[in-house]
Amino acid sequence: MAYSEKVMEHFANPHNVGEMKDADGVGEVGNPKCGDIMRMYIKVEDDVITDVKFMTFGCGAAIATSSMATDLVKGKRIEDALKLTNKAVMEALDGLPPVKVHCSVLAEQAIKAAVSDYYRRRGIDPTPIVGEIPECEEGHCHV
Amino acid sequence: MEMNGKKIIYADNAATTAVSPAVLDAMLPFYKELYGNPSSLYSVGTAAKKPLEEARAKVAKCLNAEPNEIYFTSGGSEGDNWAIKGAAHKMAKQGKTHIITSKFEHHAVLHTCAALEKEGFTVTYLDVHENGIVVPEELEAAITDKTGLVTIMYANNEIGTIQPIPEIGEICKRHGILFHTDAVQAVGNVPIDVKAQNIDMLSLSGHKLHAPKGVGALYIRKGIVLPNLIDGGAQERNRRAGTENVAGIVGLGVAMEIATATMEEKNAKLRRMQDKLITEILKIDRSRLNGDRVKRLPGNISFCFEGVEGESLLLMLDLKGVCASSGSACTSGSLDPSHVLLAIGLKHEVAHGSLRLSFSDVNDESDVDYIIEVLPQIVERLRSMSPLWDAIIHGRA
Repeated sequence: MAYSEKVMEHFANPHNVGEMKDADGVGEVGNPKCGDIMRMYIKVEDDVITDVKFMTFGCGAAIATSSMATDLVKGKRIEDALKLTNKAVMEALDGLPPVKVHCSVLAEQAIKAAVSDYYRRRGIDPTPIVGEIPECEEGHCHV
Repeated sequence: MEMNGKKIIYADNAATTAVSPAVLDAMLPFYKELYGNPSSLYSVGTAAKKPLEEARAKVAKCLNAEPNEIYFTSGGSEGDNWAIKGAAHKMAKQGKTHIITSKFEHHAVLHTCAALEKEGFTVTYLDVHENGIVVPEELEAAITDKTGLVTIMYANNEIGTIQPIPEIGEICKRHGILFHTDAVQAVGNVPIDVKAQNIDMLSLSGHKLHAPKGVGALYIRKGIVLPNLIDGGAQERNRRAGTENVAGIVGLGVAMEIATATMEEKNAKLRRMQDKLITEILKIDRSRLNGDRVKRLPGNISFCFEGVEGESLLLMLDLKGVCASSGSACTSGSLDPSHVLLAIGLKHEVAHGSLRLSFSDVNDESDVDYIIEVLPQIVERLRSMSPLWDAIIHGRA
């Protein structure tokens, strides 16, 4: 299996890694049994994601898609961040091997989970805005 | 070894090995002047026939078998398929439709057994316990009056544990059951004597012991007549037709001879390297050695690191110039962790963080020292970004 240079670049030197103590929203998706967990933290000011961090347990693609997805939403308005698709993450990484497509799906879902948490903390039901985030079931957490 | 000017430590000799210079030298004439078909009558052909039979004698000698009990194949998977399907179908004619194997065989055995189950055979998959070793008493207890075949690997390909083959051979002999062993990882690393160990069939592969890929052998004890694998010409005593891979077979003979002659010296060195690496790496917090510490191949080391995923570990090692492998699912394109690590009772999340290092005579202690230097840093780096590790150390996982 060969990763693109872009994937290896983001894997070897991932952007936005780490925890965020004063996050406004935290989302975690994936499941240790499947071998991938992504946790994303967002800081929000005036509906703009001013900072984003991630912690990921997973394969090379899981780390690279986390890095890329956080790059793509940083500085974006929440409504624009919610438009992030797994396809966009993959394209920005110059593609992923077919068996790794699920990692880009997890990255998209992790951002959505963090935004949902942000809304929940403000007493707003996130479902009409963010939509349902499918639970990761064993063996079914990939597309 | 160097690649693009960068030093590479090849620590994946259980996957495949480099063809040794002596083996390559022995093979080259059969690609150049001695290219004849061994079945031909003229001198260019007969010149290839003699080395073919010499290679057969060499392979036989290393196993304490007779030359006419050795059938050259394309490798380990072919030998496993031929022996297991052939023996199962043969024994079925006597109403013996039960097969005993273990849970952590190579897929060439497990998938072959699964194919036979679809045909109506029943298969018992023995437990391999936490130490990765089959218990002979449990094997004997699984025998029924329908049991016709036992197939247990000599040494496991992922965790390197060596199975009690002589004991299993003795049980099978006593019960009149055919015994096959996939010895792909063991040949050249462990002394094998098919007579003393009561082995009826044994598969081996050249590329695990510095011979080329695409050549192997199946030992079938004299008197056991398996159905032909390939019908056609008279090659391999009419059992496996097709013009022989002469150069590969000659290479296999030389490689077996060298491996057997140098085994003791090589293993002493590999054991020293193994001991040092195991001792140092187990100092990493929440690391574990997979499989019995002593009853394992001298070149094999298998670890799991909690909170770390195996593929990331391999990629980081690769960036540092170390070629290794993992039982991790990601490397095989499936999401399930290694069946071997699950068979020794590891939880899925732990099995995802596995690393196999396998050494041969191309390696030396400086390779081990380098790995001891870089591996702990890599584990620490991956854990520093792992939410699972965070949960483990805070007691939430």
